[in-house]
Amino acid sequence: MSIDSLLLLAAAASTAGAEIAKPDYMTLLFVFTLATFTGLLVIRNVSRLLHTPLMSLTNAISAIAVVGSIALAGSQASSFTTVLGTIAVVASMTNIVSGFLLTDRMLKMFKKREPHKS
Amino acid sequence: MNMDTIIQPIYLVSAVLFILSLMWMSHPSTARRGIVSGVVAMLAAIGGTLLLPEIHSYNWIIIALVVGTVLGVPLAMVPLTAVPQRTALSHAFGGLAAGLVGASEYYLSATERRITLSGFETGALVAEVILGFLTFTGSLMAAGKLMEIIPTRPITYKGQNAINLSLFGVAILAGVVLMFYPGCWPLFPVIILLALAFGVLLIIPIGGADMPTVIALLNAYAGLSAVAMGFVLNNKLLIAAGALDGSSGLILSIIMCKAMNRSFANVLFGAFGQVQAASGAIEQRTAKSATAEDAAQIMDAARTVVIVPGYGMAVAQAQHRVRELYDALTKRGVTVKFAVHPVAGRMPGHMNVLLAEAEIPYDRLIEMEEINPEMPEADVTLVVGANDVVNPAARHDKSSPIYGMPIIDADKAKTVFVIKRSMNPGFAGIENELFFADNTLMLFGDAKVVLTNLVQALKE
Repeated sequence: MSIDSLLLLAAAASTAGAEIAKPDYMTLLFVFTLATFTGLLVIRNVSRLLHTPLMSLTNAISAIAVVGSIALAGSQASSFTTVLGTIAVVASMTNIVSGFLLTDRMLKMFKKREPHKS
Repeated sequence: MNMDTIIQPIYLVSAVLFILSLMWMSHPSTARRGIVSGVVAMLAAIGGTLLLPEIHSYNWIIIALVVGTVLGVPLAMVPLTAVPQRTALSHAFGGLAAGLVGASEYYLSATERRITLSGFETGALVAEVILGFLTFTGSLMAAGKLMEIIPTRPITYKGQNAINLSLFGVAILAGVVLMFYPGCWPLFPVIILLALAFGVLLIIPIGGADMPTVIALLNAYAGLSAVAMGFVLNNKLLIAAGALDGSSGLILSIIMCKAMNRSFANVLFGAFGQVQAASGAIEQRTAKSATAEDAAQIMDAARTVVIVPGYGMAVAQAQHRVRELYDALTKRGVTVKFAVHPVAGRMPGHMNVLLAEAEIPYDRLIEMEEINPEMPEADVTLVVGANDVVNPAARHDKSSPIYGMPIIDADKAKTVFVIKRSMNPGFAGIENELFFADNTLMLFGDAKVVLTNLVQALKE
């Protein structure tokens, strides 16, 4: 099920990637809709045990805003927006680093069997 | 050569890896693979973006990436009991980034670039800044409440919902006006201010017990603000990753709402947990109490003991003592299981992580739906710092504010022990029938101390 939706998304994204000349809002909407459904199907299967790590992982993933922030900070369009862009990169990068590290730290703790059985 | 022919495939790979990352979270045995995939996806996204032709200088980007890393490492090292507030702070950063980028894009289009945005672009920008900035202040408020800098009880006043909703309505209206009359640019900063204010006001009336839902909802908002940014910047990776995050937040909030038998509207506008003025403690009932030695004796003779952890366990940092009790009982041939309610604690899955930290094997952590049919067979339930999630009033008392909420049937065990500081009603101010039941014995005291005494008594 999730593989199917994955392929769907991949197909949509790759055809969309072919022409990038001007914003094609229908394509963007397409990507959004398919990604949302993919997300719903995938997340539904996440074990309840892992909801806290899931949240810190999605913290890191939502820091994808770093992409827009980098473009803004690097374009040097005006000093005002460069400052705002730089702050945005700091905020996103903080989320990326702490999100992934914390998720990893928590997941290491989930053990199936007793570490030292008596 | 067009850089986009390189960047777009990189973005596509990144999007697929993000999906795989979430897919592998389905089970603890594959979850760590999910992190690797997520990290690679993010590195690809950043690497691809650095290739963009419109980037003229890397100085600030590099400085910002380093500063972000330096800030991020300590934030990942917080004690696990503080993970809810860290998560809220992280949502705030996400919202801030989206808001700032949105505000900058608008500013640039009006000043440097001198282009008139289309209605769609304006709409996307307005959505981005509203979502971004309301997530920013809302999450800061939530973090403040979780850190108890701000009172955790709901703060309400007359006409609160009307004020909040009209504030939000005005912001949306201003956005719509801006879509059709781009000349009204002064409306844009007004929208930002309204969004900032709305974020604060939205969280003020929400009590601590509702934090799991609110955090999940803010998670969804942070994702959606990234989606809006994607529409503004015409970036499909932003849209795909933001949508994954948004749907994750949505699913988690739905699970939390279901676990409390409440609707979104009720969580956001219901000010749950304010002390009901009418239903004061008129009825005086007495609860029976027992000593740790009594409890140890009964548990020693039991075949199955079910432990129900709650937020109180996190506050008392008692998870390691719970582990000692688990060891002592297991050694004596008692089967020990943990009954985890979906909303126990301050964020989704909070209890599972704390118990995993104390090295309790995860196959002992049982979800509410699975453990409830087994409860009548259990000899002992031990409630450690949980309250509303074990209140039998939710099953039958129609006048109770928590009526209809699914609970762990702690009362159905032969003997129930409740570790509690005092008889003060819990956070929601609701009297708990369980404490007065015939088969319930209260163990008064700090959870850590009581558990230590219990373990001690078991060893003797």
